Amino acid sequence: MDATEIGLWGVPLAMLGGAIRVSTPFIFVSLGEAITERSGRINLGLEGTLVFGAMTAYAVAVITGSPWLGLIAAAFAGLCFGLFHGWICKFPKVNDIAIGIALMLFGSGLAFFFGKPFIQPSAPDLPAIPFGGWSDIPQVQAALNVNVLFLIGAALAVFLWWAFRNTRAGLIVRVVGDSSDAARAMGLNPNTVRLLATGIGGALAGIGGAYLSLYYPGSWTEGISSGQGLMAVALVIFARWNPLGCFAAALLFGGAGALGPALQSVGVTQGYYLFYAAPYVLTLLIMIATSSPSRSLAGAPGELSITK
Amino acid sequence: MSDRGKKAVGVETIGMTMRFGAFTALEDVSIKAPAGSFHALLGENGAGKSTLVKCMMGFYHPTAGDILVDGREVAIASPKDASALGLGMVYQHFTLVPSLTGAENLVISREKVPGVIDWRKERAELARFMERMPFKLPLDVKVAELAAGEKQKLEIVKQLYLGRSFLVLDEPTSVLTPGEAQEVLGLVRAMTKAGDLTVLMISHKFHEVTAFADDVSVLRKGRLTGTGRVADLDHRQMAAMMIGDQPIAALDSRADPKPDAEIVLKVKALKAPDRTGLKSIRIEDLGVRSGEIVGIAGISGNGQKEFLEVLAGQRTRDAGDVLVKGSPYGASRAEARTFNVRFIPEEPLRNACAPRMTVAENMAFRTFDLNEAGKPINWIKMSAIRTFSARLVEQFKVKTASLASPISSLSGGNVQRAVLARELTGEVDLLIVSNPCFGLDFSAVAEIRARIMKARNAGAAVLLMSEDLDELLELSDRIFVMSDGALVYETPIAQASVQTIGEHMAGHH
Repeated sequence: MDATEIGLWGVPLAMLGGAIRVSTPFIFVSLGEAITERSGRINLGLEGTLVFGAMTAYAVAVITGSPWLGLIAAAFAGLCFGLFHGWICKFPKVNDIAIGIALMLFGSGLAFFFGKPFIQPSAPDLPAIPFGGWSDIPQVQAALNVNVLFLIGAALAVFLWWAFRNTRAGLIVRVVGDSSDAARAMGLNPNTVRLLATGIGGALAGIGGAYLSLYYPGSWTEGISSGQGLMAVALVIFARWNPLGCFAAALLFGGAGALGPALQSVGVTQGYYLFYAAPYVLTLLIMIATSSPSRSLAGAPGELSITK
Repeated sequence: MSDRGKKAVGVETIGMTMRFGAFTALEDVSIKAPAGSFHALLGENGAGKSTLVKCMMGFYHPTAGDILVDGREVAIASPKDASALGLGMVYQHFTLVPSLTGAENLVISREKVPGVIDWRKERAELARFMERMPFKLPLDVKVAELAAGEKQKLEIVKQLYLGRSFLVLDEPTSVLTPGEAQEVLGLVRAMTKAGDLTVLMISHKFHEVTAFADDVSVLRKGRLTGTGRVADLDHRQMAAMMIGDQPIAALDSRADPKPDAEIVLKVKALKAPDRTGLKSIRIEDLGVRSGEIVGIAGISGNGQKEFLEVLAGQRTRDAGDVLVKGSPYGASRAEARTFNVRFIPEEPLRNACAPRMTVAENMAFRTFDLNEAGKPINWIKMSAIRTFSARLVEQFKVKTASLASPISSLSGGNVQRAVLARELTGEVDLLIVSNPCFGLDFSAVAEIRARIMKARNAGAAVLLMSEDLDELLELSDRIFVMSDGALVYETPIAQASVQTIGEHMAGHH
């Protein structure tokens, strides 16, 4: 069979597949960032964490032969980056955004340094589950070949959404994010809560990086991330700090990102490069459409430095 | 949730003394609040009221003195100890978390919270608890969406929910409208009468003390200057204990209004969106003449704030005209300067100051880019700013550590004085004032009102918006009532009756 047989249906199908494939790192990074931002801090360094996570996962998978060990190593590396950010930010007069930018460059640089020897060898992939077995159309099968991390990410989004309302830890994160004074009055230490929230956020970003190098695109190169870490931070704001919103926004973003390749696959040969910019155009359009000159950002944690 | 079967406890301090280095904040203060009583603590800013209650709550460790709870001596080393004894405090500023709902706020403030919260069970328990409360509150709404009165009630409910049976209320009504204040204090009063609660209320509003308290203690400069049954004391005696023999600024007698004086401010068919964006405010016709004070009464949230924001240039208008001396006025800096328009908004630290800039810089906002002749200059002279501000600080008795301190480090009364100094210096043809005395103490209030009256007598047109009806009745020449975004009633001061004004404020007419 060839692509033209299902004709233009190939475009939405490829976009669905693309949404699932491309969105996974967005899901993890934005959920991690949602936790961090809900606690009142912003970690822009997740881009660096993502790249370093990708390198760590790939290197460990090459050495041990197990993609799962690679994943765990990436999460651990991300945790360290997050804790480092959280630890520096507890000092007075330190700005979390500036530290984030420094860590973004630091993480990428460190990953390139350690990653040099791993550009050539190939590592085992993370497993995917073929949900498309019922169909004999290869495009459907390809689109529904879903990586386990995507499923874990979806479950995590639902869990976080539930946990922010129904667990002590969730409520504590929200209290700290909204009012340091109220938190202190309850005997909570905002710095400790934020340290842990940033650490968890970093670990999730590391997992997002592991997905990049171990599944899609599935190899370690220096250009592995095209700014997913930074876009995920924007996604969180766009999703109004709601984990389910983060998941939906990541899917939307993934789908838009798959538009270019999908058009190419059905034989559009001209101007499809323009559609590679679709996610960014989409972000701009949504930001403009949802902005208001008279209202401030609804739902923003009160302690966040960008909303103060 | 602690046991609420527990009844009110009595609290007594004996010889409380607190020294910070060489400075004595509190000296030998003994007060007694028996179980189920409502005790008022009066005093000027800096008289030691906060120090005293912070010692009782375990925030400070007193240099000397004892605390008795139900007649037994107790050691209170930390706020935790205080709460274990059933002592709690409601702060002047809200300590609720704005983005959490009321129910979430209550549950998370508890000592022991389960890892996973069973909301069905918690809700049922909260509902049972709220049944015993004398007022209803929406617990499923985000605190940020509650009105100030509801927040204050929720703060009190939170303390009761945590099982406190002795409450310190720190100026509980400073953020409330008169109606809300009446309601909240009335409910607290009822709970003390029922023996469920003992209350120690910090205040400097005499009418609240007279209306609600059983006993009163007065502090001045860290010493107890008087105590007794409220029934035996009148306002003058309390004021004397509170401020000693220091003179109170007296109101200038009102110069006769001239009915044919020039109309300085004219507002015609003004329409602007309100805060929610769903409704709008409409001012059909309002004129303020030179040499008169026009008061606007109303319950907060009826559009006064939006009206003021339009006049101040903080909010865009949909339609209508604002004229100053016959010319269209758009609130630009140049227009304000040409027409001598001055502003004293509410919450001056937020609306009229740059909080982190110095006192000197803030006081020079109107004039820093002008020379003595009033012409624009290119190079700003810090020395000129400092001499100018130093003169105003002196003249308006602004208490500040130095001219170079950030203005946010000043107390509320002193920020208000600094803004007043800036706005009332030079020629003033139109003065727009909103709630100028919110949360200020006795002598500051008297002084600020006297200054406004002086500006009026000097020929300024004054538009005064206030939620304090007493203030409006004392100062205004004419009173309007604003309700649901429109001016619904007008009366000259001679015929003004609190009854009628109140009815229009409430929307029945």
